[in-house]
Amino acid sequence: MSDKVLMKGNEAIAEAAIIAGCRHYFGYPITPQTEIAAYMAKKMPKIGGTFLQAESEIAAINMVYGVSSTGKRVMTSSSSPGISLKGEGLSYLAGADLPALVVNVQRGGPGLGGIQPSQSDYFQATKGGAHGDFHMIVLAPSSVQEMADLTVKGFDLADKYRMTTMILADGTMGQMMEPVSLDYEIAAPVEKPWATTGTKMERKHNIVNSLFLAPDELEKTNFERYDRYKKIEETECMYEEYMMEDAEICVTAFGIAARVSKNAINEARKQGIKVGLIRPITLWPFPTAPYKKAAGQVKEIISVELSMGQMIEDVKLATECKVPVTLCNRTGGMIPSPEQVLEAIKNAAKGGTK
Amino acid sequence: MVVFEKPKALSDAQMHYCPGCTHGIVHRLVAEVIDELGIEGRTIGIAPVGCSVMAYNYFNCDMIEAAHGRAPAVATGVKRSDPENNIVFTYQGDGDLASIGMAETVHAAARNENITIIFINNAIYGMTGGQMAPTSLPGQVTQTSPYGRDTDVCGFPIKVCEMLSTLDGPEYLERVTVNNVKNVKNAKKAIKKAFQNQVDGKGFSLVEVVSSCPTNWGMTPKAALQWIDEKMLPYYPLGVYKDRSAEKEAL
Repeated sequence: MSDKVLMKGNEAIAEAAIIAGCRHYFGYPITPQTEIAAYMAKKMPKIGGTFLQAESEIAAINMVYGVSSTGKRVMTSSSSPGISLKGEGLSYLAGADLPALVVNVQRGGPGLGGIQPSQSDYFQATKGGAHGDFHMIVLAPSSVQEMADLTVKGFDLADKYRMTTMILADGTMGQMMEPVSLDYEIAAPVEKPWATTGTKMERKHNIVNSLFLAPDELEKTNFERYDRYKKIEETECMYEEYMMEDAEICVTAFGIAARVSKNAINEARKQGIKVGLIRPITLWPFPTAPYKKAAGQVKEIISVELSMGQMIEDVKLATECKVPVTLCNRTGGMIPSPEQVLEAIKNAAKGGTK
Repeated sequence: MVVFEKPKALSDAQMHYCPGCTHGIVHRLVAEVIDELGIEGRTIGIAPVGCSVMAYNYFNCDMIEAAHGRAPAVATGVKRSDPENNIVFTYQGDGDLASIGMAETVHAAARNENITIIFINNAIYGMTGGQMAPTSLPGQVTQTSPYGRDTDVCGFPIKVCEMLSTLDGPEYLERVTVNNVKNVKNAKKAIKKAFQNQVDGKGFSLVEVVSSCPTNWGMTPKAALQWIDEKMLPYYPLGVYKDRSAEKEAL
């Protein structure tokens, strides 16, 4: 399997999930992620797995909750409006400490929005996504290869920390085709003694539950969960730095925006502007270290986003506003062009913060 | 000599139900059936949101607490994770099953999902303090229908067994009640059949139990049981609404 195959991003996610041992997929049709469901519908019956088209996104995420309760790897995928519907289930998964993989191939919003690529679910994904104190691990692929790699990684992280991993992709990532290598060493399955697999009359019953009517008990579970989150923040941050060594200007972007930004950076470098890129791969936990470093090094950070500016808030928090952070964006399904990003870089180079 | 004992599938936890509530009876019947079929070790129960939310404490089998109305979807996941081994039941009230979770109910039935549903219909939201349910009777006074359920404004009660019986999917649908000894015995038979169907791989089996809520109906337990006979059963007639295996045998 070390040979590269040409795949769509959505298909790469589906195949990687199967390689990672996922045998249960539940979903509901929505553009631009339907290839994942179609791939699973074709593959799962042939490998003894389950593909089920649920009656709604709500049902799909609750089917995920059911399979996850029994300790098996399980996933669902959707796009922005569908993820909103899954919000309830995401909160319950967090409350019951259940692992799951959820893919959001984002499209423009709010409301029904559009079907073109977007990154405007950043707040929803990184700040919890539904009611209550909780987080999901959020991974942002920037190539078809990463769509696959982060899917495999995402299952491992979900099992390790008993929580949802969300792959936060966008319509471009889902639809574009690139060569992918699917050569993975799959880790041994994690023990799940908490799973409701039937007592076999050999142990006390297990209960999967998120109800704690006594406030002190609920507080305790939330404190314990956040202790785990702290450990994740300390150990699981992933990011890429590109030409940051001598950078005087820093561009930051994830997903498709990072690819566009790299083109602009390469062009700016040709024109003699010392500019680099910080590309967060984990959006939660947000990798603060490279930004802290950049804050003492560059004169401006430009956040390139397919939204009205959402990640920019985390960049400002990470840098403690020690350096100007500006926004270069398109939204509603539009993608910033390399020229637009280059203009922003040149403007910063002139010292011309708006 | 022990002449009467608690079913083994019921835990020692003290139930929180109000005096005269029929949840206790139905819990016991479910536990007796689990004992008799010898399936406790491979049974996974799904509790709803509503008065029976803490049912996960009352059964000794593995239990899962679901979001409001989503128990049939959760049960679908659990069943499909190991269809040969897992025996899966949901225990849901009328608000949970017939209002917020209607889509999950209908589609699990349409798929003939091989699960067992125990549906408690007491025509009211109990846990939140007595609001109008999808099964509240025309004219019934509740906290949110203080002048009586006005069908011009709130529409009509939903008859779940009748509605589901129009689908080709479900294997078995029966409505029972537990307001006297004879009816409790019939309810036990229906619940046992609903579990046996699953063991036999026959598919979706739902038993609707017409139940009482003395607290929120504002009645004594005895008057509430009488109200079942006088008001509930004329609107919700007891009986088998679908039994595909029996239909096949009849042919």
